[in-house]
Amino acid sequence: MNGFVEPIVGRYVHVEISGETNRIYFEENGSGIPLLCLHTAGSDARQWRHLLVDEEFTKNFRVIAFDMPWHGKSYPPESQYGSEYRLTTASYTATICAFCKALKLERPVVMGCSIGGRIVLNLAIEHAREFRALIGLEAADFQQPWYDTAWLNRPDVHGGEVCAALVSGLIAPNGPEAARNETLWGYKQGGPGIFKGDLYFYRVDGDLRGRTSAIDVNQCPLYLLTGEYDFSCTPEDTLRTAASIPGAKATVMERLGHFPMSENPAQFRRYLAPVLQDILDKQNS
Amino acid sequence: MEFDRGQSSDPPVSFSPDAVVAGFRAIPELLAHDAALIARGRWLDVDCLLGPSTRPFHVAIRAGQIVDMAAAPVLMRSWRFAYRATPAAFAAYWQAMPPPGWHDLLALTKRGQATLEGDLHPFMAHLQYFKDLLALPRRNGFGGAS
Repeated sequence: MNGFVEPIVGRYVHVEISGETNRIYFEENGSGIPLLCLHTAGSDARQWRHLLVDEEFTKNFRVIAFDMPWHGKSYPPESQYGSEYRLTTASYTATICAFCKALKLERPVVMGCSIGGRIVLNLAIEHAREFRALIGLEAADFQQPWYDTAWLNRPDVHGGEVCAALVSGLIAPNGPEAARNETLWGYKQGGPGIFKGDLYFYRVDGDLRGRTSAIDVNQCPLYLLTGEYDFSCTPEDTLRTAASIPGAKATVMERLGHFPMSENPAQFRRYLAPVLQDILDKQNS
Repeated sequence: MEFDRGQSSDPPVSFSPDAVVAGFRAIPELLAHDAALIARGRWLDVDCLLGPSTRPFHVAIRAGQIVDMAAAPVLMRSWRFAYRATPAAFAAYWQAMPPPGWHDLLALTKRGQATLEGDLHPFMAHLQYFKDLLALPRRNGFGGAS
């Protein structure tokens, strides 16, 4: 396979978010229905690299994944260097909507994982008409914290090491070792305080309890998929959330944890394929 | 929508308390043969209390190697932090394919099967080391295939 060039294309797009231009890195492959993929807290869009080269999916979907500002190859906004990074429900929602507008995506499907899964619920609450379907991975309206995020950004603990070590337990045992290592590498490479800043949204600002009942899946279908080994957003958290949303489709995924798309891509696609087929069938009916 | 595998507090595998203690006693020998794990802990010097909540051990670690392990209590011996889990938790954690929610040290604390006490800095600064150290009996096939 020496010399094999993957079909993924990476580019930068200038996106105005809350009055400031952000230079955002994104990758894409495929054609058809836009499928926008949101990475987890403290990581970046490389988590979607397997989906981006999936020949079956990219026949019908234009798969797009972008690095959030402050993450991966997207720098922080110029005005915010030196300030503490804190993701909020409003800023996260504004970023997604601005990115879709900048790329002129027509009613895309949005699939997010972890914080991406949580924000998908907010998109369903506030912006349902703008999306064709929404897919929340490891998504719930709220979940109980299981560690103090202060450990994630302090000078006497290596940030990359502790971030990766914390999330390592969220990966299901006995998945592919290389995929596990790649998933954790993203956490080792995050900027200082970025994982913690993302979790401000997850822990403090993004509590959606009591709001999800406003979701109307007739406007926009909603699919929730959670790995059985995810003890952060547990299957029970997802099923409780789904129970509050009439018509939402929830699935517990076996032998998967909190990072299904990157920790075990082959196992994940078994669960994703019927969801994407359902979206295609709705499109064609 | 029923799904209760993750929340049950019942022991998910059968075990004997003595076998769990024996499994824990094997950790220093297993570590001695794991150069990569010793290297991961090369900056770690700490005295801590680890093991089954019913029969924990004082563990002295120097440069990532266990240089002493003694059954608690030892008269007037101090420790910086303690990670203690129920024997059922260790038995589950050591399965080749641990059950969901029993597969990680912090999953066990979240479900109330383990406690973490004291000065947590050495534990958190070397978190992956301790996760891998306490998982070593998994390699011995504790409890057989799960």
